Amino acid sequence: MNTTSNMSVGFVAEQFDDFQQQRGAAQFGMWIFLATEVLFFGGLFLAYTVFRSLYPGDFVAASHHTVVAIGGINTAILLFSSTLMALAVRAAELRNQKQLIRLLVGTAFFGIIFMILKGVEYYKDWNDHLVPVLNFEWHQPNPGHAQIFFWLYFAMTGLHAIHVTVGICIMLVFAVIARTGKFTSGHFTPIEIAGLYWHFVDIVWIFLFPLLYLAGHR
Amino acid sequence: MISATEIDIQTGGEFARPNYLSEHSVRSWLLTTDHKRIGILYLFTILFFFAIASVAAALMRIELLYPTGGLMTSETYNKLFTIHGTLMVWFFLIPSIPAVLGNFVLPMMLGARDVAFPKLNLTSWYLFVLGGAFATWSLIRGGVDTGWTFYTPYSTTYANSHVISMAAGVFVAGFATIITGINFIVTTHKMRAPGLTWFRLPLFVWSLYATSLMMVLATPVLAMTLGLISLERIWGVGIFDPNLGGDPILFQHMFWFYSHPAVYIMILPGMGVVSELIACFSRKRVYGYGWVACASMAIAILGFLVWGHHMFVSSQSVYAGMIFSALSFLVAVPSGVKVFNWTATLRKGSIHFATPMLYALGFIGLFVIGGLTGLFLATLSVDVHVHDTYFIIAHFHYIMVGGMVTGFMGGLHYWWPKITGRLYPELWGKLAALATFLGFNLTFFPLFVLGYLGQPRRYHVYPPEFQVFHVLSTAGASILGVGYVMPLIYFIWSAKHGRVAGPNPWRATGLEWQTSSPPPTHNFKVTPVVTSDPYNYSPEKDADLDLASI
Amino acid sequence: METATHPAKIYWRNCAALMLLLALTCIIGYINLGMFNVIIALAIAIIKATLVALFFMHIKGSSRLLHLAMTVGLIWLLIMLSFTLTDYFTRGWVPLNH
Repeated sequence: MNTTSNMSVGFVAEQFDDFQQQRGAAQFGMWIFLATEVLFFGGLFLAYTVFRSLYPGDFVAASHHTVVAIGGINTAILLFSSTLMALAVRAAELRNQKQLIRLLVGTAFFGIIFMILKGVEYYKDWNDHLVPVLNFEWHQPNPGHAQIFFWLYFAMTGLHAIHVTVGICIMLVFAVIARTGKFTSGHFTPIEIAGLYWHFVDIVWIFLFPLLYLAGHR
Repeated sequence: MISATEIDIQTGGEFARPNYLSEHSVRSWLLTTDHKRIGILYLFTILFFFAIASVAAALMRIELLYPTGGLMTSETYNKLFTIHGTLMVWFFLIPSIPAVLGNFVLPMMLGARDVAFPKLNLTSWYLFVLGGAFATWSLIRGGVDTGWTFYTPYSTTYANSHVISMAAGVFVAGFATIITGINFIVTTHKMRAPGLTWFRLPLFVWSLYATSLMMVLATPVLAMTLGLISLERIWGVGIFDPNLGGDPILFQHMFWFYSHPAVYIMILPGMGVVSELIACFSRKRVYGYGWVACASMAIAILGFLVWGHHMFVSSQSVYAGMIFSALSFLVAVPSGVKVFNWTATLRKGSIHFATPMLYALGFIGLFVIGGLTGLFLATLSVDVHVHDTYFIIAHFHYIMVGGMVTGFMGGLHYWWPKITGRLYPELWGKLAALATFLGFNLTFFPLFVLGYLGQPRRYHVYPPEFQVFHVLSTAGASILGVGYVMPLIYFIWSAKHGRVAGPNPWRATGLEWQTSSPPPTHNFKVTPVVTSDPYNYSPEKDADLDLASI
Repeated sequence: METATHPAKIYWRNCAALMLLLALTCIIGYINLGMFNVIIALAIAIIKATLVALFFMHIKGSSRLLHLAMTVGLIWLLIMLSFTLTDYFTRGWVPLNH
């Protein structure tokens, strides 16, 4: 409980007594941040739930126009990159620098593939006149309700895409920093925390996929 | 800021050096990660917004002297109450006690060297300033006229004012709040001194913990709501517009899911401060400590279950209204527990009517009035009568100004010797406390009557028979204004010329008083070890003490 | 300083389970089961999210404090959804006299 114990480990910040306290604080802080993220996305999920319960038929009809193939492949890609991320944390714990860098780059790589496919999908949506206000055309009943669906679709996938982009940047920056060996000398907490974030982004997509894509395909 | 070298010359080095004020370059302030300095940065920032919002209030009160208005157009009046509301709520009240006093004393109360994430703490202040800049930008360009509640579809479709920049300001400031909340929760869990168990924590820490819980869980929903409003204004998809298949009530649900907990963010920290003050200035343990601590948590949790009571006269379902009404009554239970326990603490105490205690006693009285009128409003049928009238205005000002601002002033006086190392002039302090109490009641009590008689809020023209109440209220506001300006002057004066306080002028318990004043950068030379329960006062032992004329 | 490092096998197994569930939810998505489509799709999503949280985010084996942080986030989301829906689901109960 005195300041001298900090000297033994270089990466323990001065407000903490030891590594375990610092790691516990970082993990706990990240989990609270994820709770705020749950409620941040929660606002959109609430809007989705309310409008889907108000206009179930129109939502199903609108959802029919999403591209399940891309949504499904993207789900698989995110799940796979989450697996790589989990292995990256393991590599950092085992102090395996080479493997850590490879896995971080791999995680980011699949994140980038996800974003490219997302872009292809948005491009297709634009050509199909599904973008609300800008070029929306709807030839079935209640175009307003379908437009609300697509507005939520773009808002939810868009916010998710921003999170994926942030995640990709974090992975790439950490991959560069990892070359100095910083994370493979016992100080693996930042990798662990970044991993929690990446898995959370994965979980959000796990819910977006059935709600936005699968709803209309039966 | 005061310069520490000057202090040392004047006092012959009575302060422990180096302390957290020792460095005085601008850079050392802008890049500081010291929770105490960040608290001071927050203090100056919120005072800036408090000043703007107070001027808006003063202009409104002057306008309301005459039933016909005339000083300004209705549009200007709308902008004034919006400025007053948005700035007071998000840029003064919410950060007031948590980000200023909480930042300053929480780590010390826990015996910690700093908060868990000092860099994030500084980031929080920068985000707050950035949010404030957006809000100010919105004002400079002409202001907003939606009211602080941003109700749709007015805010999304019809308002011609600068809604987006104001919403952006509140959005960004919201993240500052979230960061503060995360920091407080993690610090309280992970960084307590050895021996400082949960039920040995000061009640101020409990109330900040409960407040942080609300900050962390409610604020993101506000951010999403404001984001949706801004996008609606740009693209007009109509998710809040009934003409296009949207639902304005959805906006109200999302807004009040945040804003009801937010009004508890604007009272719980005040309750925490008052618990400290009552114990110290009656030299007694807080009666039913555990109950008061749990009451804070209960208020925080119940605060999330009652938001629909703001929507009784919207087209919300009556059945939902009944549930929200019933749950709203429950909030009275933990609030009552607190009030009764403070009162019981006073019993047989050795009471010192020092300035902070005057504020604390004022808080209890004003909070009781504000809280009980809240029960009127929780009653469905009564609310239909007084909804959107001055009754509401009076009710929430009794809580937010009578409660929170009074608590803030009490806390600021109590910890001022710790912050600056110097005492404020006690006589002036007492006069200011008295002026705010009298001025406040004169300002807001007539509004209860006006509201009951049917004067709606947000109008600057009213029937002539109401004029007498408005004149009383404006007269009260002038006294209240004097009560707020006085501390500003003597605090500045005392920072340089006040008597040196020493580490513990109040002979108070609590770890923050065990270190020197002003405290050193990492608070404690040796991490303190806690061996006893909090508020270990004994009225008998301190009978000869005279804190009121210190 | 030491942490119990998990064997890589666990992660690959978890990955396989998630992929299987993804395939399952896609197949069921194309069979018309009426309202059960949504319920089954969400149930599978919850199982997938639980697997990610348990094994990738190491909720399994972590402290009660982290369990609490996670649970609180979810409970508060449920509060927001359920209390708002009490309004929407009971609006039609009162006949309006126009």
